[in-house]
Amino acid sequence: MLTTRDMVHIALFAAIMAALGLMPPIPVGFIPVPITAQSMGVMLAGSILGARRGGLAILLFLALVAVGLPLLSGGRGGLGVFFGPTAGFLLSWPVGAFAVGWLTERFRARLTFARLLAACAAGGIFVVYAIGIVGVSLIAGLPLFQAAAGSMVFIPGDLVKAVVAAFVAHTVNRSYPVIRG
Amino acid sequence: MLGLHIPRESPLHALAPGAKMLALTLAAVGLIWVADPRILGILQAAALGLFALARLPPGEVAAQLRPVLLLGLFFFAVHALLVGWESGLVTVLRFTILISLAVLITLTTRVSDMVEALERGLRPLRRVGVNPAKVGLMISLAIRFVPLLIDLVREIQAAQRSRGLERSVTAVAVPLIVKTLRMASVLTDAIEARGYDPD
Repeated sequence: MLTTRDMVHIALFAAIMAALGLMPPIPVGFIPVPITAQSMGVMLAGSILGARRGGLAILLFLALVAVGLPLLSGGRGGLGVFFGPTAGFLLSWPVGAFAVGWLTERFRARLTFARLLAACAAGGIFVVYAIGIVGVSLIAGLPLFQAAAGSMVFIPGDLVKAVVAAFVAHTVNRSYPVIRG
Repeated sequence: MLGLHIPRESPLHALAPGAKMLALTLAAVGLIWVADPRILGILQAAALGLFALARLPPGEVAAQLRPVLLLGLFFFAVHALLVGWESGLVTVLRFTILISLAVLITLTTRVSDMVEALERGLRPLRRVGVNPAKVGLMISLAIRFVPLLIDLVREIQAAQRSRGLERSVTAVAVPLIVKTLRMASVLTDAIEARGYDPD
């Protein structure tokens, strides 16, 4: 059961994801997939809203992209983005946000920076890459090991994002806690 | 929020969004069984021909398809190196055909029609606890708030610029999220005060 408050939180966080798309994407040399602030939004949704609302906020964001709004970083959007070889990474986002939120809820008695960082890294990096890499392997027909090796280029950037997300979530949770409420 | 839709008078624009989605699903399932690169090449050409049938401006179509083709070329190169160029061609054509068709649907369908089709598609899920009316409200709330939050980001960036912090992600993200959560609280009260009840 979603209360009105839950629904508003989900809708507004989906809109925050779109706003994060404004932060200019960083291109990674020869690979046609940029580093964006939106994968940090996945960590923030879970660590601020919790598992259920965080996961649904990201799912709602993907629905907005699917119906044809150009909300992905760099102005991309539409159904096409869900059929490319990296679609697994997009589809892993709601699951990743749910995992970050699940861990954050387990830690909620004492929500330290270190625990938030662990939640963001486990859900926002480990879960996302596990699903995304299987996706690349299946869609692009590449051996799992090579698909994983190719994705490693993005790990350093995502580690930085996990640190930033944990810091932001820590600050927000102290001044405006949602998960307890 | 206009989305990526380009209005034109064409048979593809006139087609119901549900029908287009069904066709895309059938194409996705059907392509698994096609392994001949020549047939796939013809299908890719046919998919590109549909853009002409939809009377879409070539410049805008090219802008949409350029990233698709780049991604295709990149994965073809990787696949050719690791597995073999013939199977690479087959795999890459399969997903570039599907992306082309999906882009075609996005360009020929209004966002509002897609939202309506999505809500209709969710109706069977009512039995497992999904309330399409609630999904509808969340979609329209989010669409309504995207431009507002984008303005809010610009405003915060401008304020932080005066402190020399416009490049700091945290200096933008923390106020953005706290302001949005406050907004959520006011908005919830406003919706409940009007006696909203989707159940």
